[in-house]
Amino acid sequence: MRYRLKVAALAAAWSFAAPATAMEPPIWGIQAEQLELRVNDDASVLAWDSDALFGSDELKFVWRSEGEYELRESTLETLENQARLQVPISDFFDGVAGVRVDTPDGPDRVYGVLGIHGLTQQWFEIDADLFLSEHPSFRFEVEYEALITNRIVLIPSIEFDLPFTDDEAIGVGAFGPKLELGARISYDLVDRAIAPYIGVHYEQTFGDSADLAREEGEEAGAVFFVTGVRLMF
Amino acid sequence: MRDRVSRIAAGLIVLAGMVASPLAAAATYQLTVDRVTIDTGDFTRSGVGFNGASPGPVLRFQEGEEVTISVTNNLSESTSVHWHGLILPPDQDGVPGISFDGIAPGETFTYRFPIVQAGTYWFHSHSGFQEPDGAYGAIVIEPEGREPFRYDREYVIQLADAHPHSGSRIFRNLKMMPDYYNRQQRTLLDFLEDAETKGLGAALADRGAWGEMRMMPTDIEDLQGFTALINGHSTEQNWTGLFAPGERVRLRFINSSAMTYFDVRIPGLEMTVVQADGNNVQPVVVDEFRIAVAETYDVIVQPKEDRAYTIFAESMGRSGAVRATLSPRENETGAMPDRREAPILTMADMGMAHGDMDHAAMGDGSTDSGGMDHAAMGHGTPSGGAMDHAAMGHGAMQTPASDPFYAPGSGLLPGAAEGGKFLSYADLKALSSLYEDREATREIEIRLTGNMERYIWSINDVKYSDSEPIVLQYGERIRFKFVNETMMAHPMHLHGMWSILDTGQGKWDPAKHVVSVAPGTTLYMETEVDAPGEWAFHCHLSYHMDAGMFRKVVVEGGPAASATELAEHPEVRQEENQGERLR
Repeated sequence: MRYRLKVAALAAAWSFAAPATAMEPPIWGIQAEQLELRVNDDASVLAWDSDALFGSDELKFVWRSEGEYELRESTLETLENQARLQVPISDFFDGVAGVRVDTPDGPDRVYGVLGIHGLTQQWFEIDADLFLSEHPSFRFEVEYEALITNRIVLIPSIEFDLPFTDDEAIGVGAFGPKLELGARISYDLVDRAIAPYIGVHYEQTFGDSADLAREEGEEAGAVFFVTGVRLMF
Repeated sequence: MRDRVSRIAAGLIVLAGMVASPLAAAATYQLTVDRVTIDTGDFTRSGVGFNGASPGPVLRFQEGEEVTISVTNNLSESTSVHWHGLILPPDQDGVPGISFDGIAPGETFTYRFPIVQAGTYWFHSHSGFQEPDGAYGAIVIEPEGREPFRYDREYVIQLADAHPHSGSRIFRNLKMMPDYYNRQQRTLLDFLEDAETKGLGAALADRGAWGEMRMMPTDIEDLQGFTALINGHSTEQNWTGLFAPGERVRLRFINSSAMTYFDVRIPGLEMTVVQADGNNVQPVVVDEFRIAVAETYDVIVQPKEDRAYTIFAESMGRSGAVRATLSPRENETGAMPDRREAPILTMADMGMAHGDMDHAAMGDGSTDSGGMDHAAMGHGTPSGGAMDHAAMGHGAMQTPASDPFYAPGSGLLPGAAEGGKFLSYADLKALSSLYEDREATREIEIRLTGNMERYIWSINDVKYSDSEPIVLQYGERIRFKFVNETMMAHPMHLHGMWSILDTGQGKWDPAKHVVSVAPGTTLYMETEVDAPGEWAFHCHLSYHMDAGMFRKVVVEGGPAASATELAEHPEVRQEENQGERLR
C-alpha cells in the first residue's frame, strides 16, 4: 500500500502548486490515441486507449482508460482505468504515480502504478510503468509518429507486458510476456482533433501465459485489421 | 475644431473636446470593450473588440495634451487596456495585477495621463487572451512641433494574425501538443528529397541532430492556420488606401499580431523608414523590412504611376500572407506576389549556450562558425562592444545574406524578395537622442529560455509564476543583455521606459519599445530608469507571455509623487524629466 502514500503526497503538492499558477490557465484535454474496431476471421473487437488530463506544468492528473470489447461474444475482455499523477522529472520526462483498476468480465485487479512518461531522443514517445500488487508486472510502450506528409501520419507502436508472478485467474503466467505491435496510418481530417486511420494490430503471448491461453482453447497470438479514429480535444 | 470632428469620423465619441486645463489641451475619449464578430472571409468567429469592432478605432492624440479615456467593459469577464509604447504613470499602464486590478464586467475605468511623445503606437487588452481574440487598435500622436519629413497623406497599416480558434483554445492545444499548429514539419517526402540532394548520410545526420535535441527546424511559427489581416481586412477583403500619383504617403505600420512576424514590401516602391517604434530615425531607404510582433515602423512612399500598388506582408515562417492596396481609385488591385518558400532553422539558430549539448558536433554543414558571437562583442564595455556591431553592419548592407542581428548562417536571415535593401536593426539611427549617452551603471542578463516540448517559456529558466520581480533603482541606466537560448525569435517589451537598442551607434542608438532577439543571438539594450513604480516586461508573443516569459519590474526610489499625482500633475513629471531628456 506504499503507493497510496505517494498519491497522497502528490495530491498535497498539487494543492500548493495551484495558487502559484494563478496567472496561467489550467491545462486540460482529452486524447484518444486509439479508438478502433479490430477485425479478423475469429473476432471483432472494439478497442480504445485514451487519456483525459487536467493540471498544470508542475502537476497533471491523467485518467487513462484502455479496453477491449469482443462484439461477437459481447464480452469485455479487458478494461483498465488508471488514475495517474504526473510531475516533471526532467526536460522531457514526467514521473508517474497512480492507481490502476481492472474491471473486465472476470476477476478484478487493483495495482499501484509507478512509472515514467516522456519523449526520448529521435522523438519516441514512451511509457514505462511498474504495476505493483501481489501480482506485479511491468509494461513498456513506445510510439513514433512518422510524417509521410503533414497530414498523413504513420504510427508504429510497441507494447510489451511482463508479469512477474503467476495470476492464472486472469490468464497470466510468470515471465510470460504479452507483445502488441501496431502500425496505423492516419489522416488529420479536422485539425488534429479528428484523424481517421487504418492499420494492423498484432498481439502475441509467450511462455506460461501462452500455455494458459492454449489450455483455455484460445490462440496465443492474433493479427487484426483495424479501422479507427484518433481524437484530441 | 475640424481636427476633433475627424476624430469622431475615426470612430470615436468625443464627449468634451476642451476640458479646461491651464497647461495643455485635453481631450476625452470613450472606449467600450465589446464582444464582436470577426469576419476574415476565411472564417467568422466571435472575438473581442473596441467600440463594437475589431480592430478598434484609431485614437488620435496630440503631444502635450492630457487625455482622459473612459473604458467601459461590456464583456462578462475582466478586461484592461494597455497603451503600448506610451510613457505614462504606472497606474495608467493597464496591466492587471501590476498597474491596477483590471476592469470588472460592467465597470468603467477612467484613464488619465499626459501625452509626452509623438508617433505611431497601439493599444490592446492585457487580460487573458483578449488581444489575440481581437482587442487591439491604433494610436497616432501628432507632434507638438513640425515633423522632420513631409507627406501629403497618411494611413495606419495595422497587421494582425486572426485565428479561427480562440486564444484560450490555442493555448490549451499548444500545451497539449506543442506542434499542434505546425503544418510545415519536415516529412518523409522531404527526407527523401534531402537524401537525393545531400546524400543519405547527410540527410540522416541532419535528422539525427535535430532528433537528438528533440527540436524542430521548422519551428518558426508556433501558430499557423491564421488569416493575416491589414486593418481588419484579409487579402480578399483588400483594404485600400487612395493616393494621387506623385503624392508622398506616410504608412504607419503596426504589428498587432499575437504571434506573427511579417516581412513587408510594396513591389515597385522604395520605402523610406522615418520612424521606428514611434521615434524618428535617420531616414533609410529600403525595399523590404521585417516587423516583429508589437513593433511599429513609419515609412514614406511616393507612388508616381497612375496604378494600384500592392502592400504585401508575408509572415516570417511563410505560413500566411496578406495583401492590401494603394491605389488612385477604389476597387483596383495590383499584382499579387507569390509567397516565398518557408525558411528552415539551422544549427546556428540553436545558438551557443545550450549547456550539455554539443551542437557544433551535430553535423549540419551550414554552421561552421558554431553560433553567433554577438555575445563576445559587447561584454562590459558598452561603447567598445557597440562599435563592433557597427563594423559588422556595413557588411550587412552589401550582402543581404548577413545581418548582425541574426546568428551567422541563421535560417531566419531576411533578404529582399526582389533584391535590394532589407532593413536591419543595424540601420536604425535615432534622429535625435531622447537621452544623453552615458555608460550604463549596471548590466542585467536576461536569458530567454524555454521548453518547447512542454510549451513552457521563461526568463533565466524561471516562469513568471515562480519568479521574483526585477528591481531597478531610479536614476540607473541599465544595460540589458538578452541571450536567446531558444530556437524562436522573441520580441521583448519593457513597459513604462524606453528600450535603447544597441545598434552600435552610440548616442544615435534608437529608442524602441520592442526589441526582437533572434534565436541563437545576444542583443543589448539600455534603459534609463526614469519611471518609478511597477511595470511589466515580457515577450510580446501572446502565448509565450502567457506561458511564463514575463517579469514584473519594480523601479524603486525617485520622485515621491504617487502615480495618481503624476497623472493629475503632469508638470511634475515633465520637470523631473528635463534633466535627462534632451528633447
